[in-house]
Amino acid sequence: MRTSRRYLAFMYAMAVLMAVIILAPFAWLVISSISSPADLVSSHVHWLPERPTLERYRQIFTSASGGDNVAGDFRVAMLNSLIVAGSTTVISLVLGCLGGYAFARLRFPFRRTTLMSFLAIYMLPPIALVIPLYLALSGLGLLDTKLGLIVTYCSLVTPFCLWTMSNYFLSLPPELEEAARVDGCSRFGALVRVVLPLARPAILATAMFGFLLAWDEFLYSLIFTSTTNSKTIPVAIAEFTGKFSSDFGLVAAGGVLAALPPVLLALVFQRFIVGGLTAGAVKG
Amino acid sequence: MTGMAIATRIRRRIRVPTLTGTGTREVRFAIALLLPAALVVFGVVIYPVGRTLVLSLFGVDSAMPGHYPFVGLRNYAKAFTDPAFYPVLWHTVYFTFVSTALELTLGIGVAMVLNAPLKARWLWRSIVVLPWALPTIVDGALWRWIYNGQYGALNGLLSTLHISHTDHQWLGSPFLALNMVIVADVWKNTSIVAFFVLAGLQTIPHELYEAARMDGAGPVRSFLRVTLPLLRPSIAVVLILRTIEAFKVFDIIYVMTGGGPASGTQTVAFYTYQQAFSNQLFGYGSALAYLIALAVFALAMVYLRILRQGAMAGVR
Repeated sequence: MRTSRRYLAFMYAMAVLMAVIILAPFAWLVISSISSPADLVSSHVHWLPERPTLERYRQIFTSASGGDNVAGDFRVAMLNSLIVAGSTTVISLVLGCLGGYAFARLRFPFRRTTLMSFLAIYMLPPIALVIPLYLALSGLGLLDTKLGLIVTYCSLVTPFCLWTMSNYFLSLPPELEEAARVDGCSRFGALVRVVLPLARPAILATAMFGFLLAWDEFLYSLIFTSTTNSKTIPVAIAEFTGKFSSDFGLVAAGGVLAALPPVLLALVFQRFIVGGLTAGAVKG
Repeated sequence: MTGMAIATRIRRRIRVPTLTGTGTREVRFAIALLLPAALVVFGVVIYPVGRTLVLSLFGVDSAMPGHYPFVGLRNYAKAFTDPAFYPVLWHTVYFTFVSTALELTLGIGVAMVLNAPLKARWLWRSIVVLPWALPTIVDGALWRWIYNGQYGALNGLLSTLHISHTDHQWLGSPFLALNMVIVADVWKNTSIVAFFVLAGLQTIPHELYEAARMDGAGPVRSFLRVTLPLLRPSIAVVLILRTIEAFKVFDIIYVMTGGGPASGTQTVAFYTYQQAFSNQLFGYGSALAYLIALAVFALAMVYLRILRQGAMAGVR
């Protein structure tokens, strides 16, 4: 198909406009994080810092946590988030691959009902569960622990992994496993040796989505955590935004660091996103 | 008897006549595969679902265990007689409607750009991915800083461009604040809508556009007559998903405005959170939470129906 010159020129103009609107706030976040406090609160906005400083990043990476030390708390919260989101992703992915295979390939009673209940739970608003979960975790002594968060997040991320993996398995030709089984492979052996290696792109995409879900979660973490023992990075940032609304520089530096893992993941796996999204939410 | 019947049905539906086992073995294998996921998910969720229902029927007003009066459905009735609840409901409906409508319109535009035969496609797509990957809390904190009345970049920009030199308090008045929060939400979530629509766009065969051109249709006409109708399934799906998300909105409100000013940006999820955790009205909060869950479920049922109709068949 030949596209007219004018149409293309218009699309280029639109693409540039779009890029500016998207990138400008990002640029402002980075600039704010390296501007001196004086630049940030001057009477007119300094678009470029006069004396850029990496002092805040240095503080975040080196200072001790605890007490009123916001910068050190950021680092600990980052680590907490990495541990919680990482463990959640691994556990949910394994459970999702196993369960997803059952939904895609095996016939068993109440198959549809079970799948729908998993989906229904995925759609449940967290606010509907958070009150009794808070009371339950407090009874089990799991409030303000990373374990409590991981358990809760797994119940959130697993249905998602299950659903996307199941849809991907459905799209693979069953003949391949059947061939493996004719060659004497058990069903589980066929899953591990044939299906899972084939599903690598879907596994990577699902892992990325799962990680982002867990990394971004806020409400549970806000209510279940209270100290640096388990506080995650979204909660730390929200807290400091409220407390130190005038020194945005530190919040910006924390924000840049909090954005790095998901942004890098999304960029690396960018080409999987369109396929992953449609497998996760569109294909029935 | 029924077990046998199911087993035979299962055996009949299997493509290759079973080599190693019967239907019962298949069922057992399925249970073994599903059990871990079921334990983790239902184990965590079942109790809270039941407990919230019980809590919502009692006048629980502290986190301490104790005896609280049974109030039946009065907590639910309270929501509809609570004069503070209607404005909250209105903010939620307004937020949901306006943000979803904007995200859909802009998302279709962005998807058209991403689908156009431009050079360096990967670059444009990578740029659009960015806001989606940015954590919601960072998005909220960043926009709150941009809107800052004294030092914010938005006032700075207006001043640099000589449009206005006054210090606007963007989050200072209730209705304006609600709209500014919507802008922050739209900036982030248009990306995901664009990617959904892009997936739909990629399934439209080029021949259809060719045919439309043969018939003398310009770009606008072929967009209205070919693109939009064929995008309908993707649009329906993304519309419902975004509506559900918008209806549950909490994080961005929490970090940007805390529900203020003058409760002007309170949404149902935020109001529920405040009633339960600030005012310790766990009974009332639970009832509100159930009402939200019911509304979300109604939307989800519509969503699952669309999926089941196979409206998206052929989309990869």
